[in-house]
Amino acid sequence: MKTVTAPALLALLLASTAEARTIFVSNEKGNSISIVDGDTLELIKEVPVGQRPRGIELGKDGRHLYICASDDDTIEVMDTETFEIVDSMPSGPDPELMVISPDGKTIYVANEDDNLVTVVDIESGTVASEIPVGVEPEGMGVSPDGTTVVNTSETTNMAHFIDTGTHEITDNVLVDQRPRFAQYTADGEQIWVSAEIGGTVSVIDDAARDVVHKITFAIPGVPPEAIQPVGVRIMSDRSKAYVALGPSNRVAVVDGRTYEVLDYLLVGQRVWQLAFSPDEKMLYATNGVSNDISVIDVDAGKVTKSVAVGRFPWGVAVKD
Amino acid sequence: MHLDRLAILGLVSLIATAPSMPARADEKLAVEIVYLAQDVERLAPLSLLDPVEIPDEGLAGARLGQKDNQTTGGFLGHDYRLDDVSVPMEGDPVEAARDVLGRGKAILVVDAPADTILAIADLPEAEDALIFNVGAEDDRLRTDDCRANLFHIVPSRAMKADALAQYLAWKRWRNWLLIHGTAGPDLLMKAALERSATKFGAKIVETRAYEYEATARRTDSGHVQIQTQMPVFTQNAAAHDVIVVADESDVFGEYLPYRTWDADPVTGTHGLMPTAWHRSHEQWGGTQMQGRFEDSAGRWMTEKDYAAWLAVRTVGEAVTRTNSADAKALHDYLVSDQFEIAAFKGEGLTFRTWNQQMRQPVLLVAPRMLVSVSPQEEFLHQRTPLDTLGFDQPESTCALN
Repeated sequence: MKTVTAPALLALLLASTAEARTIFVSNEKGNSISIVDGDTLELIKEVPVGQRPRGIELGKDGRHLYICASDDDTIEVMDTETFEIVDSMPSGPDPELMVISPDGKTIYVANEDDNLVTVVDIESGTVASEIPVGVEPEGMGVSPDGTTVVNTSETTNMAHFIDTGTHEITDNVLVDQRPRFAQYTADGEQIWVSAEIGGTVSVIDDAARDVVHKITFAIPGVPPEAIQPVGVRIMSDRSKAYVALGPSNRVAVVDGRTYEVLDYLLVGQRVWQLAFSPDEKMLYATNGVSNDISVIDVDAGKVTKSVAVGRFPWGVAVKD
Repeated sequence: MHLDRLAILGLVSLIATAPSMPARADEKLAVEIVYLAQDVERLAPLSLLDPVEIPDEGLAGARLGQKDNQTTGGFLGHDYRLDDVSVPMEGDPVEAARDVLGRGKAILVVDAPADTILAIADLPEAEDALIFNVGAEDDRLRTDDCRANLFHIVPSRAMKADALAQYLAWKRWRNWLLIHGTAGPDLLMKAALERSATKFGAKIVETRAYEYEATARRTDSGHVQIQTQMPVFTQNAAAHDVIVVADESDVFGEYLPYRTWDADPVTGTHGLMPTAWHRSHEQWGGTQMQGRFEDSAGRWMTEKDYAAWLAVRTVGEAVTRTNSADAKALHDYLVSDQFEIAAFKGEGLTFRTWNQQMRQPVLLVAPRMLVSVSPQEEFLHQRTPLDTLGFDQPESTCALN
């Protein structure tokens, strides 16, 4: 099988498109998607969508943005050029977060109210399967080879490993209280799971299906109960990882191999989710209470700007 | 011969020390929880908007907790069971508890008055039991009458009064007109509010007792009498910022708002109320809890449902982490610094080791909207801000664990 390396693919994309970067932000209370120009960092547009939009994910071809409209029990599909809603798909009840399989064909959705993960076939727009998981499923991660999906359940406090071939749970790993987000490393060796109330990130070895390390956080002058890890993003080379720490208003910079916390970047209020630019040079953080996003220069390790968006920004996705 | 006997003894003791570990991988660990509640006589609530009676109040919360535990247990080989023991008004809840404990069930969630729950905890059969209090808010259970086998899930009156007092301090409503009923629980709440005023620097400028005959809530010409009566009752009070009412019996508090002589905000057991749970609370994932409860019970979740859910989930969390159903092992885990539980309050809840009261933020709600959540940011504590609510360790004679 012929493979294209990520930088090569990136070069290809850059060569073929001269278009600007677009940042999409879902606004949980605004019932809208804010469209931010990634170059000028200006808000271009706010597009009304379904109720309580939370998790958003860019399709693999970049043409469509998939939006969990939690209170409408549907996934809406936005055209990333015209910013119009062009389609909707079944999601199961109360979709919160989703992942798209690496081949771009399948969406895996966490249905928070029904203890299910719903598997949606994108092409036919139909539900392929429903997988019972723990109480209040939320975080969703997919292994780079697409064979495993990890779901976290907030009240059961587990990471459930789902075989994407059989749609069966093969392993369950206990983590700390209220696990919210699951992120595989690009090499597929590990999956990192944040625990909002536990205040930790559990690093799980994918082969052993066991917690190999627990990352803890301490910020001088910030009470420990305000440190609530939610969104996690890990650089492809695992040099650094970033963890959004909720009401502590910080994003932690973590060494992706030693797990040492290197820095805490001050962002807006109640930081929820994170997304890298495709080249991983910029990181965007949604701040739920201050109604803005923070723009982080990854190399400089600095917050360079904040951009006002809609009400209660939640999810973020970036398209080049 | 001698050696053989030793070997057998060794085997027996091995089994005895690990009573809760499943013998085989396919054998499930059984966890039995009993929900024990006594029916009590209660007046119908004053507001016609409140249901007169909720027959499964508390129990419905325990059932949802059971369902949650069972989902989690399904992944771990833990099999939970919830038994419901409902004691009629004329029945004897202590005997009912003795019967349950005698049948080897060691984990009880109890909704009963303070004296009853103490009598249950003091049963010889209860010595190694785990009892979770979801009904009695009495401060004395947290300050003097503590029991090693008794855990308190519901916040005490002192915790609730402190939660309100902190918010009133933040609002700078420092001068309180305290109005109280005359029934036992009303006086206990009055005492809790007086203590909170002292603790947080508020001044009770005047105290008035509302003495009344309890009336039916439904009368054809009721409002006219109430409209004239309440202004007169609150007339000529010393200058105050706010009314703080202690009417747990719910016989007059609902009549205060909009009818007071002065233009007063009403707080306490009516108006702005401290509570562990309310339908208007949807923060920190509360939306999911409200939704799941309504799906399973077909009605709103009350404070008692929440306490019962939390009690059953607390057991589940301890079983999940210890892989044991042994009361002693669970007890040790619950009072260790390992234990914490997420319960839609924005931070992990833990137990105070000295009196086994669950630490928890307290909601402040108006009838149709969440107003705030205490502790307020400005109140600090060396251990955790949550310990600014209720009796702190030095104020309690209890020294458990």
